[in-house]
Amino acid sequence: MTPLRVSIVASIASVLLILIVLELIRSRRLRERYALLWLATGSVLLVLSAWRGGLNTIAGWVGISTYPPAVLFAVAIVFILLVLLHYSTVISRLSDETMILAQRVALLEEQAAREGEPVSPR
Amino acid sequence: MRGIAIVPAHNEAGAIGGVIAEIRAFDPGLDVVVIDDGSSDATAELAAAAGAAVVRLPFNLGIGGAVQTGFMYALRHGYDVAVRLDGDGQHDPTELPKLIAPVLRGEADIVVGSRFAETRDGYRPPLARRAGIRFFAGLVSLLVRQRVTDTTSGFQALNRLGIRLFAADYPHDYPEVEATVMVVRHRLRLLEVPVRMREREHGTSSISGLGSAYYVLKVTLALLVGIFRRRVTPLEEA
Repeated sequence: MTPLRVSIVASIASVLLILIVLELIRSRRLRERYALLWLATGSVLLVLSAWRGGLNTIAGWVGISTYPPAVLFAVAIVFILLVLLHYSTVISRLSDETMILAQRVALLEEQAAREGEPVSPR
Repeated sequence: MRGIAIVPAHNEAGAIGGVIAEIRAFDPGLDVVVIDDGSSDATAELAAAAGAAVVRLPFNLGIGGAVQTGFMYALRHGYDVAVRLDGDGQHDPTELPKLIAPVLRGEADIVVGSRFAETRDGYRPPLARRAGIRFFAGLVSLLVRQRVTDTTSGFQALNRLGIRLFAADYPHDYPEVEATVMVVRHRLRLLEVPVRMREREHGTSSISGLGSAYYVLKVTLALLVGIFRRRVTPLEEA
């Protein structure tokens, strides 16, 4: 059985995660698009932390009999991997877009120079 | 009084020429700017050939970023009134007077054409979409304390206040629902008028399948968090 203290601490940590993410969205430091996965992480961890019977049942399914809270770690790791993978795809897209922007600016500068416009200083 | 039609378009080569021709036939005095949102087809060339100013985004920003670019263009060039029509032809320019008149009379800062304000309208979306539309109409009406029936309509007219606000801040991804709430929170006057819209002839809706689950989650989150956001300062005129 999951120790009560583990459940309480894990629940508090999950709630904190959710609150921090919401505050980051509110203050426009995090876009909703990138917050949804974090909110899903926090919600799932909160449910598993608070619902001790459920955690024990899931631990039984996956063959963890000695220490059910290990399921919390496993679930957290899966979600962190998902977030990281998502970020990798986002970074790839951003670097593609940055390259396109740099190329466009360079071409525009060349065109401006030919038309006699002052070129922005380096 | 100078007016501009902002037409966001992404791969609308099949429709864009007709849309611009219709706008120009409706009112030759209305300038047209097409925001080409990273199309891979001939949208930009066809829009320019049809006589529109064309702003080509270097890659796809999504409808929110494209439309905001249009408001920046309107602000930069000092337009008094902006109307927004989609590039796929579902917005009928002959309906524009209904949108523009309340703005010109000073009755509203932003006027939204609603497909549902009058029930006799022919447009009936599929069940799931209708449920989503109802849900957001209810939530938005609650948040803005004003009855709103069509929160996803991109058929709109705005005065300078509206242009300045949206040039400063406009939601990303699926912007219309959040923008409706933003308008009222910034103390701008919102008015809905019934309009008829056409079925799209080309392309598909940007919202379908798994995307609609994301849409509902993202927009609901943004609406609820948005209540607690600080207001933005509308951009000053150039």
